[in-house]
Amino acid sequence: MQAIVFDGVSFFYKPSEENELPKLILNDLSLEVEKGAFIALLGKNGSGKSTCAKLINGLLTPTSGTVSVFGLPLSGENTDLFEIRSKVGMVFQNPDNQQIASIVEDDIAFGPENLGVPREEIGRRIDYALKVTDMEKFRYSQVARLSGGQKQRIAIAGALALNPEILILDESTSMLDPKGRREVTEVARNLNREKGMTVIDITHYMDEAAEADEIYVLDDGKLRKKGDPSEIFSDEEMLAETGLELPRASKLAKELRLQGLPLKKGILSKEELLEELCVSLRIK
Amino acid sequence: MLSDITFGQFYPTTSFVHKLDPRSKIILLIAYIVAVFIADNFWGLLAAFLFLCVAIAFSKVPVSAVIRSLKAIIFLALFTFILNILFYAPKEGDTVLFWRISKEGIITATFFASRLLLLVAGSSILTLTTTPVNITDGIESLLKPLTYIKVPVHVLALVMSIALRFIPTLADETDRIIRAQKARGADFESGNILSRVKAFIPVLIPLLISAFRRADELGNAMDARCYTDGKTRTKYKKLSFTARDLVSVILMAALITGIVFLNIYDPILF
Repeated sequence: MQAIVFDGVSFFYKPSEENELPKLILNDLSLEVEKGAFIALLGKNGSGKSTCAKLINGLLTPTSGTVSVFGLPLSGENTDLFEIRSKVGMVFQNPDNQQIASIVEDDIAFGPENLGVPREEIGRRIDYALKVTDMEKFRYSQVARLSGGQKQRIAIAGALALNPEILILDESTSMLDPKGRREVTEVARNLNREKGMTVIDITHYMDEAAEADEIYVLDDGKLRKKGDPSEIFSDEEMLAETGLELPRASKLAKELRLQGLPLKKGILSKEELLEELCVSLRIK
Repeated sequence: MLSDITFGQFYPTTSFVHKLDPRSKIILLIAYIVAVFIADNFWGLLAAFLFLCVAIAFSKVPVSAVIRSLKAIIFLALFTFILNILFYAPKEGDTVLFWRISKEGIITATFFASRLLLLVAGSSILTLTTTPVNITDGIESLLKPLTYIKVPVHVLALVMSIALRFIPTLADETDRIIRAQKARGADFESGNILSRVKAFIPVLIPLLISAFRRADELGNAMDARCYTDGKTRTKYKKLSFTARDLVSVILMAALITGIVFLNIYDPILF
């Protein structure tokens, strides 16, 4: 089943000056995301990644074309935005600007309170969300006292309390230190593996993207390429044109290959590189 | 360091007073203020003082913390004390000490100054034993009847709690901006008051801009979590009165009755 379908979606903001041409942010974009997939959405700044995220839960409405989530169209007369938003949990970039309440527990309750969920059920959802994000011992803590990674995990917990089927991380790791980044991506990955959550990870970190099931590369408001990580990261021409880098392990492997080490192509992670190195060095 | 601001004066511990429902603490404080105001002799103030001592004892808040909260008001208390002495018009039969200073004037001034100190000390018990978040919850719940005359109580309470939530964030940011401007050679310490105030403009402008940016992002985050102020909204946190609240209300009623009685009876002290 398709979790998300973009069909010929274009989007632009109204120009501020009258005779100015509107800048197309998304240009006739069509894409589909399978339910239960872990997708990384890549592209340089201004390629339309964040706009995509906001279109998926109706924070923005497409200028033309349609976006639908689990078959429910997001634009049109009788769309229930609440229903769609409760299916799409979103975590934004800045860890400081997403919590509404001062206390962790109250903040997580905000979403279900809006949906009119009964008290006991909200309690259960908080229990669950804190357990999944491994933040149980911070239930009564002050949000302001937490680290960036912890705040983002609380943001995930707040999204989970809506009982979503899709989780969108909109550059959620970009303001975190490596430890916080690991914590957040780990939570997202576990949710995907264990609960079948569809995850869309918008990121600038190629190491993070390399672990996705599939990568979608956006360029100038269009889908430039989609494929599994090894496919994407072996298309060097496309990477250069869209301003993307290689994951660190791939970069190192490439350099070593240039120095004459016989390493296979398509190495994405540290572990793979290590294994390859052992093999090729033993041969020598 | 700056993030402690949110908790204001709050003294974290568990005590009888801490566990009281914030709504009853607010009502008790109002009742206490009324009691202190209706007392028209020292016996009444003494009763209020004893009540205050009991409250402090049951709140496990150190007396020094209460005294610290009085520091801000001590100047004002002293000021009214002196003014009251000076402007007390001696009546016939009053013992004038010298010039226009009379024994009765000093007594009246002492009365008003102690009333002021009692009021502030009483209010500090509320803020010392209740977090601002809980006070907000209490106010929201107490003002709920106003929704019937179309006052957006929930929205006001939300505004208040978001403000509380963002105090530490913005305080941190102010700190950062000050340091950044200092690194660029800004001088916040020298010059007269006017130039020092002016020096803060380069701090306030970036702070304001960033506050708007934060507001925009927070708005998105709230929408993404299905924000509504509609009637379908439920509330997770539930305030509930317990036996403790009942006991406190009875004690307060006793205090007010006692003060009224002392007003009528008024045993001659001086």
